Formats: sequence, C-alpha cells, structure tokens
Amino acid sequence: MSETRETWIILGASSSMAGPFIRTLAEAGHGLILAGRDKPDLAAIAADAGARGASHVAQFALDVRDAASFRAILTHAEGCEGQLCCAVFVGSMPDQSQIDAEPGLVSGVVTDSFSGPARFLQALAPMLESRGGGSIVGVGSVAGDRGRLGNYVYGAAKAGFATYLSGLRNRLGREGVHVMTVKPGPVDTAMTWGLGPQPFMTTPDTVARDILKGLRKGRNVVYTAGIWRWVMLVIRMIPEPIFKKMSI
Amino acid sequence: MLWKSTSYTGWGRALSAAGELARPERMSTLARLGAVPAIGARRSYGDACLNTAGQAADMSRLDRILGFDAETGRVEAEAGVPIGELARLFAPLGWMPAVMPGTGFATVGGCIAMDVHGKNHHADGSFGQHVISLKLMQDGKSRTIAPNRGKALFEATVGGLGQTGIITSAKLQMIPCEGPGMEVTEQRVEDWDEHIALLDSSEARYTVGWLDATARGKHLGRGIVEEARSTAVRPQSAPKGSAKSVPFDFPRFTLSRVIVSGFNKAYYLRIRDGGQTRIKPLEEFFFPLDRIRDWNRLYGKSGFHQFQCALPEAELPRLRSIAERIAGSGLASPLAVLKRLGPGSGGLMSFPMAGYTLAVDFREGPKARALISELISEAQAGGGRIYLAKDSLATEAQVKAMYPDWRRWAEACARHDPEGALETDLTRRLSLRSL
Repeated sequence: MSETRETWIILGASSSMAGPFIRTLAEAGHGLILAGRDKPDLAAIAADAGARGASHVAQFALDVRDAASFRAILTHAEGCEGQLCCAVFVGSMPDQSQIDAEPGLVSGVVTDSFSGPARFLQALAPMLESRGGGSIVGVGSVAGDRGRLGNYVYGAAKAGFATYLSGLRNRLGREGVHVMTVKPGPVDTAMTWGLGPQPFMTTPDTVARDILKGLRKGRNVVYTAGIWRWVMLVIRMIPEPIFKKMSI
Repeated sequence: MLWKSTSYTGWGRALSAAGELARPERMSTLARLGAVPAIGARRSYGDACLNTAGQAADMSRLDRILGFDAETGRVEAEAGVPIGELARLFAPLGWMPAVMPGTGFATVGGCIAMDVHGKNHHADGSFGQHVISLKLMQDGKSRTIAPNRGKALFEATVGGLGQTGIITSAKLQMIPCEGPGMEVTEQRVEDWDEHIALLDSSEARYTVGWLDATARGKHLGRGIVEEARSTAVRPQSAPKGSAKSVPFDFPRFTLSRVIVSGFNKAYYLRIRDGGQTRIKPLEEFFFPLDRIRDWNRLYGKSGFHQFQCALPEAELPRLRSIAERIAGSGLASPLAVLKRLGPGSGGLMSFPMAGYTLAVDFREGPKARALISELISEAQAGGGRIYLAKDSLATEAQVKAMYPDWRRWAEACARHDPEGALETDLTRRLSLRSL
C-alpha cells in the first residue's frame, strides 16, 4: 500500500470475497465506506475494520437496483479528504435453470452485476477525475469471457461489466485514475460450498492478495487464480461451431 | 448451498466422521441452522469436533472482531477468530490474549469450549477465567451469559464441549504486554529431578518443559526448560514468508525410533551448556509448530493420538513412572511437554488442576492404543485426569471418575439441549450426557 491514506468505497461489503480485502485495507489504516444489504452483517464488518485500524469507517444500506440508495454514499465520499477509491463486489447468480424457467430474472441479474454498479461508477467517476487520482476495482468473473451453458445470463452481465470497465479505464486512465478488472474463477465461498471440488478453486484471502498485488503493479486485468488467464485464453480460442456442442 | 456432505477429522486424524457441514458466513445463516454442534479449527485431536452421520456448523468464517478498547484491553470477537490473530493484531498495541494454547489456529469458540490453558497457567489460570461475557445461540436464539449472569450456564459452557449451545462471540479481557517480542531463556536439564526442580523454582510468567520422551534410565526427563516474558525489544527476525506446509502424508518409517531419538538428541544439544536467552517473535514462542502447516501429516495416513494428563502435585512419583513407561515403550514421538499447572479453571468440565501436566504424541496403532489406555488408568488412579480436547481412547467410567462435576454439567446440558442435538462423537463415545 502507498503511504498516502485512501478512502475506499466497497460496494457489496458483506460478500465473502470482499472480507479479506476490507481487512487488509483496514490494517493498513485506510478509511472505509462500506455499502451492502445485510445491515447486522455490515455492522459486524464495520466493527472489525475499526478494530483492525481503519482510520474511519462508515456503513450504508445499498440496493444496487435502486439508484436512490447511491446518493448518501456519494455525498459521504465527497466529504472525505485525500485519495478516493472504489471496489465493486456486487453481483448475483441465480441458477441458470431458474432463469430459463423465469425469464423475468434476467434484468435483475444484469442490474446486480452490470448496470447497477456501472451507474454508481458513472456518478463516482467525475469525483475521481477532479481529484486526479484513485483506483477503481471491478470484480467480474471468468464466466464473462465466454457464454456457456451453465451460467450464460450471469456471464453476459459480467461480460458487459468487463467491457464497461475497459471503457472506463480508457476514459479515466488519462486523468490518473487506475481502473482494474478482476476476474476470479471459482472461489471458496458460501456460493461454492457444497458444490464439490471446483477446478482451480481459490480462496477469498488469495483474491484479496491478488487484487492488492495488481493495484501495486498497475495491472489492468487480473485473473485469480492466475492460471485462469490461460485457461480462458484456450476456451476463448475454441471455434464457435465446436464450442456450441460442448458443455464445459 | 448450505450443507456439504463430507468426511473430516480432528487434528490427530486417527478418527474421522462422515456427515454434513455448513459453514455460515453470517450470523443470520447460523441462526437458520438450528441446534447443531459447532466446530472451529478442529485442533482437538480426537472426536470432540466430530459428529458422525449428523450435521455440524463450521464456525471458521464467523471471524469478525466486534470491538477493541485500547485503554482496557477488552476485545469482543466472534467465535471463529483464531487466537493467534488477536495476538498478531493487538500485541503491537500492548495487549495480548491472557491465555493462548499451543496453536494460534485454535478459535475463540474452541478455546472457551475446551477451557484451554497455556504456558502461563500457573500464573494466569485457564482461558475461561478471562471471559467477561459470551453469547450463546440456543435453537437460533441468542443470549448473553457471564460469570455473574447465568452462572450455572456459564460454568457449564466454559470447558463444556459445546454442549450448552453454540458460542457465537465473547468479550475477553486481554493482558498487557510490552510488544510482539518475547524474551525466551532456554536451559538444558539432564534428568527428571532437575527438570521438575527447574519447573518448580521458575518465577517466570511463562514456563514450559520440553521432554525427550525417548530418553531412558538416568537420562529420563532430559529436556529443555523454556522461560519467557514479554519484552519491548523487537525480535530480530520477524516471521518471514508464509508458513511451510507438509504436502503429503509421510510414510510410516519417518518417525521410527532411531530417527526420533536422533532428532531429540539434536534438539537437546542445540542449547548451549549454560543456557541461552533470545528475543523471539511472540508467535514463535507460543505457536512453535504453526510454522509448519499440517504438521499432523508427518504421522502418516493413519494419524496419531496425544495422551495428556494432569496429576496433583503429591502424585509426582506416579507421573515419573508414567514417563518411564512411555520412554520404555519406544512408541513415543519426538517431543513431549511437561508443565506446572496452577489451581485455576473456568468451568465444571475444565481440565486444569493444580499439579503437573504431561503431553505426549503417539502414532496410531494397536500398541500405542493399549499403552495409552494403561496410562489413562494410571492417571485416574492418581486422582488426575485426561484432557478431553486430546482424547480418543478413554472410557465412560474413567472420564466420569476423573471429572467429579460431570453430573452437574450433564444436568445443565440436559436443561439447555434436552434433545441432545449438540452431542458429538466424543460425548456419545463416553456417554457423557447420560445421567
């Protein structure tokens, strides 16, 4: 971490993957603005961050589907001095079969994983631009690299988010703001608990380490576990006529 | 998904359970599970953390620190917080957990349920004596208990093997420290008498004896006595890099007699004649084996047992004869631990008693099992007891005789968990809850 104190907005602070990332920031003495849905859980996470040494901690109720819930967060962030940063951990992944049975679920998934956070970042971007620095970390998924049988609506939303982040990087990079896309493979969280062994599974701790390493090195796109960069490269290279017959 | 069908073991790996585990990440999820036994880091050696053919809640992800007061040294932590994490975070600020067991991976919940002791038991008592209050979840509902608030339930919960409800968080009183460094003095002791004499005369807050459990005859009791105190001097080598891990189960011959006694001799001779004093990082003194992750795999696939007993001071000759039997058997593993215990204990089923405690590892096998059973009988005959966090071989009659308050404890459990929904493989094996 740099010596300058930063304030990090965490969208989806009570997600399993955000946990260790928040802790590392707190132990480095940065400020935190935690936004999430589960209020009692958020309170526990905020207390934890405070006990670990965060310079200041605020909590906000967040509903990514309701842009009105963004305002209070943005106003609070505006009032924080120093470098402003944001990490997005929100998203939702209902079973693909559930979505197939209930097409109405599509827009919720797209809002949770793409348009909701994108709308938030659109509103935040000018603040970072005017301060001339800061970082944005957007957590996507390897599922966004190619649409496949098991979770293509979720994958499509994450692909949209990744493309959005790449554009945002293009825009903010010239203003000194670093935008980093993170693409985790399977992570050992409540979501994957009970699914049996997953390929190249990683842990929330490792994801946090990889994100921080990526930030230090100024990476644009980070895969975690790192091997997924190569796995997805291969998967993306499979010609569509063949891929459409596969179920991986 | 809430439940995962899996098989899992305690630290000793000799016993295993096949059942369903949930690993809640939020208290609201835990509340939905209802009454199931809770397990932490599974650092108990035997079956205290197993529930065969049933369900259990893995508490490791409920690990938030809910409050810390730098003035008073009080910390509130969820049950899944590893005790070493509290030391790591707060020692640099002048506070550390009052009692720490031999592994920093043990969770706050587990430390309470086992009423663990540390190298300062003679000075500071057991873990439960530093619990200001704790939250207990009973059938999804939370209640707060403390030494003077729900006393009977509190005494049945501390050291109570998780049988009164799920411990979800606790407020702990830490003790002041100078920083993350420990000044450790190590001295060689040539035999049993010298070993005991040094333990007895030590005035240090932290004292522990490492015993060469393979040394016989006039060398019996040979070892190293470590004394330590907190120091403001910063340790020279902070623990660097990540812990090494044991990547596979070692073959059986690894711990053969020749290798073990060779190792012991080398370990012993590493200390200079006049003893030596060094500044060590706190973790290195308290959790020496944590640097090697999964060191239990050194014992191979079949796992190992730990025998740990406590005997009253007057039974010192019996403890010596127990050590003789162990050394004579040729079955013991490299390091055994010999310690003084003070009178302190926090609950009805707490292990510590004023006197001495001896802990020895044995690779699993019929000879080791037979020997441990004899040693348990010896401990019982001496008015001592064995540590349930380590046990996998005692019998109902032995344990009930060793723990005079077990009936009061079992009655409290019956009141708070009438269906026996929190029973584990250990409580069933020992019929501990049947009155």
